Amino acid sequence: MSGTIGRFIAHRMAAALVTLAGAILFLFIIIQFVPGDLAGVLLGPRATPELRAAFAQRMGLDRSLPEQFVLFFGNAIRGDLGNDIITSRPILDIVVENLPNTLQLAGAALLLSMIFGIALGCIAALKPGSMLDTVLGVSSVAFITTPSFVIAIFLLLIFSLQLHWLPVTGAGKPDDPLDRLAHLVLPAAALSIGWVGYLARLIRASLLEVLTEQHVRMMRAYGVPEGRIVRHFALRLALVPMISIMGLGIGDMISNAVFIEYVFARPGIGTMIYNAIRIRNFPIVQAGILFTVLIYVSANLFVDFLNALLDPRIARSLKQAV
Amino acid sequence: MGSLGAIFADIWRSPSGRIGLVLVTAILLFAILGPVFTVDPNKIAVQDRFQTPSVTHLLGTDNLGRDLFARTAQGTRAALVISLLVVAASLLIGSVLGITAGMAGGFIDRGVIVVFDIISAYPPVILAMGLIALYGTGFGNLLFVVTILFIPQFGRMARAQTLSLRHQPFIDAERILGLPTRKLILRHFMPNVLGPLIVLASMNIPVVITIEAGLSYLGLGVQPPQASLGSLIKDGYIYLNQSWWPTIGSAVTLALATLGSTLFGEALRDAADPKLKGHGR
Repeated sequence: MSGTIGRFIAHRMAAALVTLAGAILFLFIIIQFVPGDLAGVLLGPRATPELRAAFAQRMGLDRSLPEQFVLFFGNAIRGDLGNDIITSRPILDIVVENLPNTLQLAGAALLLSMIFGIALGCIAALKPGSMLDTVLGVSSVAFITTPSFVIAIFLLLIFSLQLHWLPVTGAGKPDDPLDRLAHLVLPAAALSIGWVGYLARLIRASLLEVLTEQHVRMMRAYGVPEGRIVRHFALRLALVPMISIMGLGIGDMISNAVFIEYVFARPGIGTMIYNAIRIRNFPIVQAGILFTVLIYVSANLFVDFLNALLDPRIARSLKQAV
Repeated sequence: MGSLGAIFADIWRSPSGRIGLVLVTAILLFAILGPVFTVDPNKIAVQDRFQTPSVTHLLGTDNLGRDLFARTAQGTRAALVISLLVVAASLLIGSVLGITAGMAGGFIDRGVIVVFDIISAYPPVILAMGLIALYGTGFGNLLFVVTILFIPQFGRMARAQTLSLRHQPFIDAERILGLPTRKLILRHFMPNVLGPLIVLASMNIPVVITIEAGLSYLGLGVQPPQASLGSLIKDGYIYLNQSWWPTIGSAVTLALATLGSTLFGEALRDAADPKLKGHGR
């Protein structure tokens, strides 16, 4: 039994490593297709001849393509991202400085969407066709389809500019947890609302399906209270599809965090990439991309583990999946 | 899968499908006819800036006195044109790759799947931003970048359909009777694979609209003076202190466009294949 799960985990890890290596190769390839002088395009108009020479040296532009790739790949996996051309600080430091803000935002949004999504989905599934179920069904579609940055702008208009309940922009003072929390509420809400609607729908649908199964009807026949059936037995099964989809959800949240950070003028990976694009500073963009891919692939790996633990059939079906 | 008329009747029968159909029709009319009947969306009249909605300016005017109804119509048209082109291109490229992979099997199949997996390993908007950082902004680049994001989905579905078709008795029969592979693909695989792909395409239209609006909101999508729903929201947002109208008009249009096309897409999926009812986003 544990052998199956162990093999499953080893297999998923190997697959994730291949994907990561492939993603670095893909990045290398799309850089090769850039028309014109690579150093000029990637470093922008500010780059001095010395900076370009240093860049060409670092990328090994005078060497053959395979050698360039080995250099690029080696640097990427060692986490050596070079120095910023403007501040000449190590790019890794800049990423590490911005990363916690984005992780806090995405983590808070993930938590909010799961708490509210599961709660609302359960309520709707226990009383299908009720007033609440209908309201939830209609409003969840509206929340799912409205782009998160539109939701962000409206939340900002209402809660910050009109009611003055919450701060408008930034991430708060670094050493003041309460201030940081106040700055996190609106961005996390904007990022999660769509997913609350989506997860509520998903949980409702899978709960309704599970609740018609034989073993649940059996429990009902034995007089086990409905609330207990849902909490102890049905929900666990209904959570599997939700956890699978949250793997995708994390990619969506990292994506949308870019817009949310921009609306709230919040520091983070998205803002870092955006600012770097505006001033044509590709090494920073590249660092941001590599880190977000790393986060996304690891998150999906984690989701696979979680699913295998919740539903061991998934690990056993490995043969069919390959 | 019934005839086209039967499918539309099915869509009309469900309440959400009906709302979707009405919204999609309204948005289409707005995008097609709006620019015809209104003033020049780029005409600057600074003395008329920040007007509230009136008979002459149905959605008011922006910071340069440009008519927001005309600009929103132009932006809606851009959103629809881009989403249709992106979805069509990724459907075409994805199905060619997916069918090829499914038919060829072995090494080619694995290679195509790995490429799809690699593209999907990037958070979509981040990949789009990276590509734009490398290749620059512009209409053609925007189409190219967003199409890349959507190819894997269509490719995977086309491949799965091909695999399930490949060993159907009627395909074996045609093969034994000596139908060349090229004709087999055109006559049997394309029509059978296309149905689910079209449903997937309609479900992806709101997603493309959202991504285009988001990129334009960041200034990385449709470039000025051409209006886009995203850039209209951004421009409105900058002048929020003076007037709310520029933001409200474009944001509500965007929300209605994505809501309408989502409801329509879901109803189309349910009508085309009742087995799928209630699944997916």
